[in-house]
Amino acid sequence: MPTSPHRSYLTGVGTILILVGLLIALAVLTHLTGSVVLTRFATQMFIDVVLVLGLQIFMGNTNVLWFPHAGFMGIGAYASAILSMAPMQKSLTLAHLYPFLADIHLPFLPALIGGALVAAAVAGVIASPLMRLSDFPLVITSFALLVIIHVVLTHWHTLTNGPQTLFGVDNYTSMENAAVWACIFVVVAYVFKESKVGLQLRASRDDLVSAGSIGVNVVAVRWIAMVVSAFAAGIGGGLFAHFITSFTPKAFYLTDTFVVLVMLVIGGPATVTGAVFGTVVITFIYQGLRWIENTINVDQVFSTNIAGLSDVALAIMLIVMLILRPAGIFERNEISWQSIKRFFGRAPSGAAVMPKIGKEVN
Amino acid sequence: MTESAYFVMDVLSLGSLYALMALGLVLVYGILRLVNFAYGELIMVAGYSLYLMDGSPLPWIIMAILAILAAVATSVLTERIAFRPVREKSLTAMLITSFAVSTLLQNAALLFISPRSRVVPLPDIFTHNFMLGGVLIQVRDLLGIVVSIAMLIIFTLLLNRTVLGIALRAAADNFRMTRMLGVPANLVISVAFAISGLLAGVVALFWLGRTASVTPGIGLEPLIIAFVATVLGGLQSLLGAVVGGYVLALMTVGINTFLSQDLVDYRQAFTFGLVILILLFRPEGLIRAK
Repeated sequence: MPTSPHRSYLTGVGTILILVGLLIALAVLTHLTGSVVLTRFATQMFIDVVLVLGLQIFMGNTNVLWFPHAGFMGIGAYASAILSMAPMQKSLTLAHLYPFLADIHLPFLPALIGGALVAAAVAGVIASPLMRLSDFPLVITSFALLVIIHVVLTHWHTLTNGPQTLFGVDNYTSMENAAVWACIFVVVAYVFKESKVGLQLRASRDDLVSAGSIGVNVVAVRWIAMVVSAFAAGIGGGLFAHFITSFTPKAFYLTDTFVVLVMLVIGGPATVTGAVFGTVVITFIYQGLRWIENTINVDQVFSTNIAGLSDVALAIMLIVMLILRPAGIFERNEISWQSIKRFFGRAPSGAAVMPKIGKEVN
Repeated sequence: MTESAYFVMDVLSLGSLYALMALGLVLVYGILRLVNFAYGELIMVAGYSLYLMDGSPLPWIIMAILAILAAVATSVLTERIAFRPVREKSLTAMLITSFAVSTLLQNAALLFISPRSRVVPLPDIFTHNFMLGGVLIQVRDLLGIVVSIAMLIIFTLLLNRTVLGIALRAAADNFRMTRMLGVPANLVISVAFAISGLLAGVVALFWLGRTASVTPGIGLEPLIIAFVATVLGGLQSLLGAVVGGYVLALMTVGINTFLSQDLVDYRQAFTFGLVILILLFRPEGLIRAK
């Protein structure tokens, strides 16, 4: 890694440019195919990039297994849908909605940000005591929080239509605006990681006691990361709500938690690059398997419909990955121009090149 | 009078199951510091084993024993295949692995059997009931209490009177020290997972007995119950886990009896809210370990 701050800054810009470039390239390629199916896949992928980066902001910088992410995503989805829905539609879907909410009708962007702010605010209040915990208590309480959010979403009929589908959300999310948000959060996650708070967090991740002894307020920096992470989850949820247009609280529970977790862990939780690559790679595999599943079901290869194939494959991949390379594909270092050149064997002058790789290429 | 008799009966029958569930979870946690998210799926495995044996000429008790063995085998195999390779790496990696194993088993059931619920064969005696002093008693509940208490007694004897039991307790107390004293780590861990599977298998018989059916997602509720009971009991102590199970049953039955229906819907949220409060203010549990 470069040592001077100047070099480090340039490498950072490089990393962001590469990742944003990759996302834009994928969006443009999808647009050029003109395929409706691919566009839907890509939109879902960009939403997942937002969610996975959100999880990376907290989990990657703290190494805490964090479950409520999908719950905050759900809060963002419901809040933004209520803010953006036309009063007429609301009287059909949510007949008993509180009067002060029934007349609100915001455009997409304010509704999206409003929903994310609600998610961040809820997280900031209810999850704040958890920042003091560690180990088993933290794992159990974070899981408990996901279950609590799910129970409340499922039973608060007035706000969420309960376990029934909330329908009639306007289809505002396009592939383009999902891609823009994905790029925004690449920058946010990277800048956060390199910021003072991010550095303090990573110091406390690597050595809790030492970080505390040099004056890092671990509870405070964790709280900041958690709120930023919940905001990202809220944006992801809002994008999802206006993409899928009808959903139930089940969409924000264990299955979704699992998929987002797989993307982050396989890519590499400690790096922004890992989060982005993990999402892209797993999307290809997951959607490919889903497609196979659907084809088998449509062609009725078996007497009954099959389900669960894609999730079984994902779970096996995750277990194998954790055994072979527990820190993910991008363990520590972000992608940079140097690392790409090194990978292809054309070593730039001055950069440290591992001799082994050079030999193999020659 | 009758009402309080029903109340006591409900608490005892639920509490005995909860105690066994918590014990199976805390045993593994004590040794490995692993919160085993795949624990609930052991109940699912036992359930599907029963379903697959439905219609076979075997007597029910043999089917039940085979189902319990299936849970034991699954528990030991998951440890051997998934947890052992990541054991030395990091705690978070092991936790994620257990979450992955849980998802894997659930979706395997979805894929190879069916997303819909399947009927589990049960002995006729499970549906019998009798009157005792004006109280209608389900034979199933009574049997559950008797079997659970018998398991608890056997388990206590095993832990206190056998070399293996002493090794297990020592490992739960200080794993590293126990290894240095020459206790084979892999063996102790395998035994812990085997007992954990055994407890889950026994719980499964009575847990499934309530609905007589099994679904891929059936493990979640017992898992949550075991979590909560474990926290109530203080995470580390085996006795605490048992007490935690009974306390949770008391709370659950209490909430169902005394709270209005609107609020009962939020029961899980209440119990988990309580768990968070306990962990914040009394992380050593309600019952302080000696």
